[in-house]
Amino acid sequence: MIKTHYPLVIIGAGPAGLAAASVAAGQGIEVALFDQQSAPGGQIYRGIESVSAQRAEQLGADYRRGGELVRAFRSSGAQYFPDTRVWSLTPGREIGLLQQGRAQMLTADQVLIAGGAMERPVPFPGWTLPGVMNAGAGQILFKAHGIVPADGVVLAGSGPLLLLLAWQYLHAGVEVQALLDVTPMVNHLSALPRLPRALLARHYLTQGLFYKRDLKRARISTLHNISELRAHGDARLQSVSFRHRGRRERLETELLLVHFGVIPATQLTQVAGCRHDWDAGQQCWRPRLDAWGQTSVAGILAAGDCAGIGGARAAEHAGRLSALQALHALGRLDTASRDRLARQDRQWMQEDLHIRPFLESFFRISDAMLQVPDDDTLVCRCEEVSAGAIRAAAAQGHLDSNQVKFLTRCGMGPCQGRQCAQAVGHIIAEASGKTVAETGHYRERPPVNPLTLAQLAALYPEECE
Amino acid sequence: MFRRLDSDGGKLVQVTINGEPVQARRGETVAAAVLAQGLTHTRTTPVSGAPRAPLCLMGVCYECLMVIDGRPNQRACMETVREGMRIECQQGAGEAG
Repeated sequence: MIKTHYPLVIIGAGPAGLAAASVAAGQGIEVALFDQQSAPGGQIYRGIESVSAQRAEQLGADYRRGGELVRAFRSSGAQYFPDTRVWSLTPGREIGLLQQGRAQMLTADQVLIAGGAMERPVPFPGWTLPGVMNAGAGQILFKAHGIVPADGVVLAGSGPLLLLLAWQYLHAGVEVQALLDVTPMVNHLSALPRLPRALLARHYLTQGLFYKRDLKRARISTLHNISELRAHGDARLQSVSFRHRGRRERLETELLLVHFGVIPATQLTQVAGCRHDWDAGQQCWRPRLDAWGQTSVAGILAAGDCAGIGGARAAEHAGRLSALQALHALGRLDTASRDRLARQDRQWMQEDLHIRPFLESFFRISDAMLQVPDDDTLVCRCEEVSAGAIRAAAAQGHLDSNQVKFLTRCGMGPCQGRQCAQAVGHIIAEASGKTVAETGHYRERPPVNPLTLAQLAALYPEECE
Repeated sequence: MFRRLDSDGGKLVQVTINGEPVQARRGETVAAAVLAQGLTHTRTTPVSGAPRAPLCLMGVCYECLMVIDGRPNQRACMETVREGMRIECQQGAGEAG
């Protein structure tokens, strides 16, 4: 039974939320953790409680680490509400929930948003065809369901997850036809000055090289510096084409898994009215935070990848730091105790983040790709608005994301702009010579998760009679 | 497009996908069940009628909207299969078929 008030509410059961809940509950305060999935772990440790030993082995040591985190959470005394969706969060910390088809409102003194990341949507010709999926989706099918591609899958894009997925498939006996790397060659140079600092967190580098070595030994065809990625097919994917070493090439396949890095899921921080900034290094919007994860709205904190991409381990540390800050704000820890308890996590987090500037510049997606050069490419998958239509709106002087949205319906479909917001910003910026920051972000409005009018009306039964 | 790893057993749940009886695995999402079954698309768009299939499987993209037990616009990746569940492709804004 969910109460109508909690001292601390945590949203999201990934590494940040789980670690935060364990710390806060350990200090004896009443914590409620709401998560949309049916089991803890977030996307990164999805299926961690139900996975077989063999599959856990195939998924690697970093994945298995999640088991410890979940066990600590389960025994922490934090109240856990799975299958629970947050559809609203106000600056006054009123929270709208939906659980088993029933809507409910509650309040909290402190709210920690730990909603994680999503894969960066990068529209390219044919990306709406059935048979084109995100690499993260492929990984979820593997982790949570033991489902893998039939042989001949093509992986394309850039970033550590793509490499990890190829390695995991290799260990599960899936024949990967090709790995198409869109990372521009120039990144190797621009990332170089960041390498010395990255060496301070060298386990990430050795891990990456280890995956690469295994893929090479297995003779998985990896093509670097590819561009002009296109998916082809009539009603479903039949082939993939791309430019490689000056030549256009084509591979027959019925499944293409793409990945262009991850970006923070900012719907909740946006709808709560928190200030956000465009992070040019991470190529994404992120909430403005202090060193404890406190946002610009009093009593609302954010930790983990929803606050800026740092990866699973950094998320754990950030979650614990935010929990300590929440305890401090609730009067349960004085400043000295908070700072003392934070010391270890703060140090570990700093060490962990050494790798980030290198990864960000090494796996940076080219502006050319983000700006969706082909006019016919659909940018808004829901309302089917093309890049050309957005450019036409920009040419008429509509140089703000929200103006383009009103004019074209781009971002007004069921996904509420989650898949197109980024590309719209890049397209307007390119067309106008502005920065993406100046194009603004779609205004988020509740409900950020769908609920029916009947579910909403049932909140106020007396007014419905 | 996809196959199940043989080592992963699990209890079975009887559902129907577009009227056909199908055995899904207990605890899996509707999206996982339909992809494992080889369904190529899960909806058509309300604008052009183009076929679409799940993209993200984590509740973000809303491409996997299906009609589940007669209720339209359900994200297949966010629903767990239940015994007797009726799963149908969604046409446009919400018709089954």
